[in-house]
Amino acid sequence: MFTDELGQGGNAAGGPDNSAGHHGGAGEDLVQLITPGGERVSHPQYDAWVRDVSDEQLGSLYEDMVVIRRIDTEATALQRQGELGLWPPLLGQEASQIGSARSLRDDDFVFSSYRENGVAYCRGVDLADILKVWRGNASAGWDPYTINMATPQIIIGAQTLHATGYAMGIQNDGADSVAITYFGDGATSEGDVNEAMVFAASFQSPVIFFCQNNHWAISEPVRLQSHIRIADRAAGFGIPGIRVDGNDVLAVMAATREALERARHGGGPTFIEAVTYRMGPHTTADDPTRYRDANELEDWAAKDPIARVRGLLERKGLLTDELEGRVAAKADAVARDMRAGCINMPDPQPLDIFKHVYSTPNSWLDRQEDHYSRYLASFGDPAAANSEEGAR
Amino acid sequence: MTQMTFARAINSGLRKSLENDPKVILMGEDIGTLGGVFRVTDGLQKDFGKHRVVDTPLAESGIMGTAVGLAYRGYRPVVEIQFDGFIYPAFDQIVSQVAKLHYRTQGAVKMPITVRVPFGGGIGSPEHHSESPEAYFTHTSGLRVVSVSNPQDAHTVIQQAIASDDPVLYFEPKRRYHDKGEVDESIDPATALSMEKARVVTEGKDVTLVAYGPLVKTAKDAALAAADEGVSVEVIDLRSLAPVDFATLEASVRKTGRLVITHEAGQSGGLGAEVAASITERCFYHLEAAPVRITGFDVPYPYSKLEMHHLPGLDRILDGVDRALGRPNSLSGLEG
Repeated sequence: MFTDELGQGGNAAGGPDNSAGHHGGAGEDLVQLITPGGERVSHPQYDAWVRDVSDEQLGSLYEDMVVIRRIDTEATALQRQGELGLWPPLLGQEASQIGSARSLRDDDFVFSSYRENGVAYCRGVDLADILKVWRGNASAGWDPYTINMATPQIIIGAQTLHATGYAMGIQNDGADSVAITYFGDGATSEGDVNEAMVFAASFQSPVIFFCQNNHWAISEPVRLQSHIRIADRAAGFGIPGIRVDGNDVLAVMAATREALERARHGGGPTFIEAVTYRMGPHTTADDPTRYRDANELEDWAAKDPIARVRGLLERKGLLTDELEGRVAAKADAVARDMRAGCINMPDPQPLDIFKHVYSTPNSWLDRQEDHYSRYLASFGDPAAANSEEGAR
Repeated sequence: MTQMTFARAINSGLRKSLENDPKVILMGEDIGTLGGVFRVTDGLQKDFGKHRVVDTPLAESGIMGTAVGLAYRGYRPVVEIQFDGFIYPAFDQIVSQVAKLHYRTQGAVKMPITVRVPFGGGIGSPEHHSESPEAYFTHTSGLRVVSVSNPQDAHTVIQQAIASDDPVLYFEPKRRYHDKGEVDESIDPATALSMEKARVVTEGKDVTLVAYGPLVKTAKDAALAAADEGVSVEVIDLRSLAPVDFATLEASVRKTGRLVITHEAGQSGGLGAEVAASITERCFYHLEAAPVRITGFDVPYPYSKLEMHHLPGLDRILDGVDRALGRPNSLSGLEG
């Protein structure tokens, strides 16, 4: 049975049966500190890692999660309104992204896929920069060194090697920062992810493999990617693996902090499987109703990461009107700024297409740029050359 | 000036780069204690340590992808791909990451990675050990591709490649590794002939013969043989395969009016096609005949008892020179 978290059991997809029984009860081996009902539960090993999280910080994590959900909603709306070509929603994965990203230091370096917009938010990205790629105005929205986060990677899993190489560089430099790489359950099938784990283990590099198991790689369920629990793969590489409730911001934070501490002190890599769920489509071009059971969505809606923290705040008497008002105002402001930044984004210029292919001049490209600029100049109005109808 | 083999000349260039820049780091399979399967990195790990000369796990994409991460961190990785045919598992990291990151990040992230690839045939190896994959990379924007043909260039150009802020694929003609030549190690790579420039190896006036890497020697031999028949062949060593130094080629073709291009790689879509088309565009009214390509066949690299048929040899090249000159040749009487 590969679907214990879904509450379905069985082997509905006709995939291989796991008679070893690793997938017994829901929540088995899953580090959890907040129940879906919002109750703080104790964990002998991981409580210590979040003991210092104050009430105020808990409120701040809640705010972050609400804000990035709002970023997601606003961007989805912008896509529907034709302002963005595409958008990959993170809906449902707020706790995984906030819990991990808020554990990092500024000098740690992030190598993500394309869905970690919540992580980018935590790194301090300019809001409109998140949208540049999806609006088609640039191949990347920001300078990686300004926020210590590589720009989103679209080739599945390629970034895990970059993180590992970066971590090898950290080792060479004698620094104590850490590289963290985000990828999904589907990426674990890619050779690069496996090669990255081989390199990281061989050199004991300070890198965290943060897998958001959101259960779906576009239309392919996680059971098609892995016959065993994904975190269990790490052991085969000699890397400690931990399976954490990815909808529990405190549990994610605890696991990430533990991994960071290990990496900073020469303990090498850690693999974290954050078990979560992609509530929305893969991207705005996707239609999950074609492959996903509505009941499954309902089960996961009951484990919503934001509702869970709200529940905890409520139990602790911290969910005040003041907090709710502040959080809503912040989300409104972020959405407003992001929308304005998107709509007012200047278009790139035609000859920008030739920029930054090389660091130093290249005779082939210089010739093409020269010829194209002459072509453009042959129209009085360069914009005319750009129109599909042409100007002749 | 010192007499040294091609392999030793590269080794000496690598050593200088390691000495001059602490950010230079060598990575590859068996490059450390063994010194590489061709001994090109012999002794370097011993002298620079395991953190500068890294024996990696056997995973080409892993080597290339971690080099990308190191470059992100400010290092200048020099990657050895053990054999030409092993570069394909690393292809995605090279064309999707190494080549594009500078463009993708609008110049914020540099990828000063050098990829050393022993390439080409003629050593009687089994398959996957004799390929000429350079056209895949000359077709990829963001990469620079060079190939060296003599120990002096090997020594100088490897240092230029490592110093380049752009990624460079450095193709080493493995069948010339043991050829000896004079190398002046005191030449400053910064002021030496740029790796982007082609070089006129042998001056001539009747035909321009373009070659690179392992075939430069064959082309020179062909020019000598042609001279015996009273034909003056100008041999040009391309050196840079992307971008090609068309200015040097143009000057030569304007003088000779005829062009022959030779490479070991298969013909279709190969570099010879690019050279022929570009020279035709640029020098159409100076050409006395259609450009001629003498290349490997469009076949998988053949088993070793047939490889000398596949590889352009002196006689095939001379036959091509005859075609360019309109002299009797093996295709005389054929139309088109």
